[in-house]
Amino acid sequence: MANPIFSLFASSPFHPLQEHMGKVLSCTSTLETFFIAIFDNDWEKAALAHREINKLEEEADDLKREIRQKLPEGLFMPVPRTDLVDLIGRQDRIANKVKDIAGLMIGRKMDFPASMQESMVKYVKCTIGVCEKANQVIQELDELLETGFRGQEVRKVETLIFELDDLEDEADKLEREVRLELYELEDGINPVNVMFLYKIIDWVGEIANRAQSVGHRLHLMLAR
Amino acid sequence: MEIIEHYGLILLVLAVAFGFFMAWGVGANDVANAMGTSVGAGALTIKQAVIIAAVFEFAGAYLAGGQVTSTIRKSIIDPVIFTDSPELLVYGMIAALLAAGIWLLIASLNGWPVSTTHSIVGSIVGFAAVGIGFDAVSWGRVGTIVMSWVTSPLCAGILAFILFRSVQVLILDKEDPFERAKKYIPYYMFLVGFVMAMVTFLKGLAHVGLELTFLDATAYSVGVGIIVVFIGMVLLRNIKVDKNADRDFHYASVEKVFAVLMIFTACGMAFAHGSNDVANAIGPLAAVNSVISSGGTVGSEAAIPVWILALGGGGIALGLIMYGHKVIATIGKGITHLTPSRGFAAELAAGTTVVLASGTGMPISTTHTLVGAVLGVGFARGIAAINLRVIRTIFISWVITLPAGAILAIIIFYILKAVFG
Repeated sequence: MANPIFSLFASSPFHPLQEHMGKVLSCTSTLETFFIAIFDNDWEKAALAHREINKLEEEADDLKREIRQKLPEGLFMPVPRTDLVDLIGRQDRIANKVKDIAGLMIGRKMDFPASMQESMVKYVKCTIGVCEKANQVIQELDELLETGFRGQEVRKVETLIFELDDLEDEADKLEREVRLELYELEDGINPVNVMFLYKIIDWVGEIANRAQSVGHRLHLMLAR
Repeated sequence: MEIIEHYGLILLVLAVAFGFFMAWGVGANDVANAMGTSVGAGALTIKQAVIIAAVFEFAGAYLAGGQVTSTIRKSIIDPVIFTDSPELLVYGMIAALLAAGIWLLIASLNGWPVSTTHSIVGSIVGFAAVGIGFDAVSWGRVGTIVMSWVTSPLCAGILAFILFRSVQVLILDKEDPFERAKKYIPYYMFLVGFVMAMVTFLKGLAHVGLELTFLDATAYSVGVGIIVVFIGMVLLRNIKVDKNADRDFHYASVEKVFAVLMIFTACGMAFAHGSNDVANAIGPLAAVNSVISSGGTVGSEAAIPVWILALGGGGIALGLIMYGHKVIATIGKGITHLTPSRGFAAELAAGTTVVLASGTGMPISTTHTLVGAVLGVGFARGIAAINLRVIRTIFISWVITLPAGAILAIIIFYILKAVFG
């Protein structure tokens, strides 16, 4: 029987959004294993991590498509549909960048100068930390839904977003340090390789930026 | 007159049979809307829902079903027109019952969402306007009924919005929602008991021989409210914070408190539903009975016999016991997004609106009222995703059901006229 009450409730996009962000975080976290494997010169392990990253990125992509399909016009939601579509896009672009980094490094068999490796791992870890905080923000979506995007819960999420900003600043600082280290070494390295090393450093920073923009997008949704 | 004398008993038996079947159908199908929300929210098991529904639907029908029944019985059509040919009123009412029943059967076989109320009102207006004459219909009254179909979802929506906002302000948006839930939820319980009792005491109990003044009714209703609160407090005592569940979803324990409240709103909703929808089945029967038992007098002011209300309540209860659990299960599974904190607001708003309509004798659609209430909660940003296309479906079901019921009733009316003369 086509009951109006029955068909009134469409499936919620909020849980899938959280699931998607979890997937993106797993994908990003694999970068640590990936970099360490490369610095250990263990290309087999690096290839394995690369495959894992590709797999997780694809799964995130599938989830993204699924969520978009579940968001047809004519749904009435506590936040505008366009905001949610934009948010999922931002989440997804984090994983895309992770995939680009792994792909480029595997493709060009890239390595960092030994003296830079320690700070590079630190920089990657910090970036993953930004992503973790962004995930923490997104995981509050079901609580936000429960409170109707109001009150105490909003203040809690805002605190998390400020923490996210601090972490991103930290990642920025590390990026500048790593760049400086590379700048001082660049005369001794093949110029083409130097170019690509800068590119990787840049892209890792881009991950942190994109993770931060996920938090900012949510903040904007709360501000209406 | 001789037709009534000759065939009176057969006609009455027919009306009783069709009326009972209609009540059965209301129980089997519509009850799920009242209870599905509670089952979906996890506040009740299906078995509990069926038991609660059976008890409170019957109580609602029996205690507060009189006003709407009397509207269906004698307010949609002008009884004076039938003074010289009371048999036409009897045929017409039986035709209306049968037509609405057939239309509902066709609709549920095809999965169309139609309202019992609209079917029966369409059928009665149809046979009267075409079978008797345009003037046989009290168009003014029909106008107010149709208006109430618009205002009832609207009213429920506004009420639900206010209720849910109050929950946000008092409980959900605060730092200690669990303690606050335990503190404030008894007030909402009081509201459930008070509203249901008030309407019943003021409007319902005349046929049981109990007429109360406004002041008395208020006092008794406050008493009922306090009893409800007392029962609620006992149930609430056992609800503890579940740290494990809260880790994953911080409001899990709070929702458990609301689930207790939802048991009460489900009772209220079932009561309200019984009080309004029973009329769809027994209103025509009451009309037939009043003509036949008075030997052909139309428009007697006698109150609706108690056995008719009991028959309607019994039919609803039987229908939901036999078949309702299936529909409740389907709906319950489909609406798991409605957590108790929202479900209660929707149910209380819809239940209050429906029972007020019952008190003023307005036959409205419980389902549409509940849809309005859910939308109200949605407007307070309470629900993840609402499918707005449902509203269009509802309008389409209006546009189709009214003429469909009318045409079927006209056909059956002429058949009955040909058979009995």
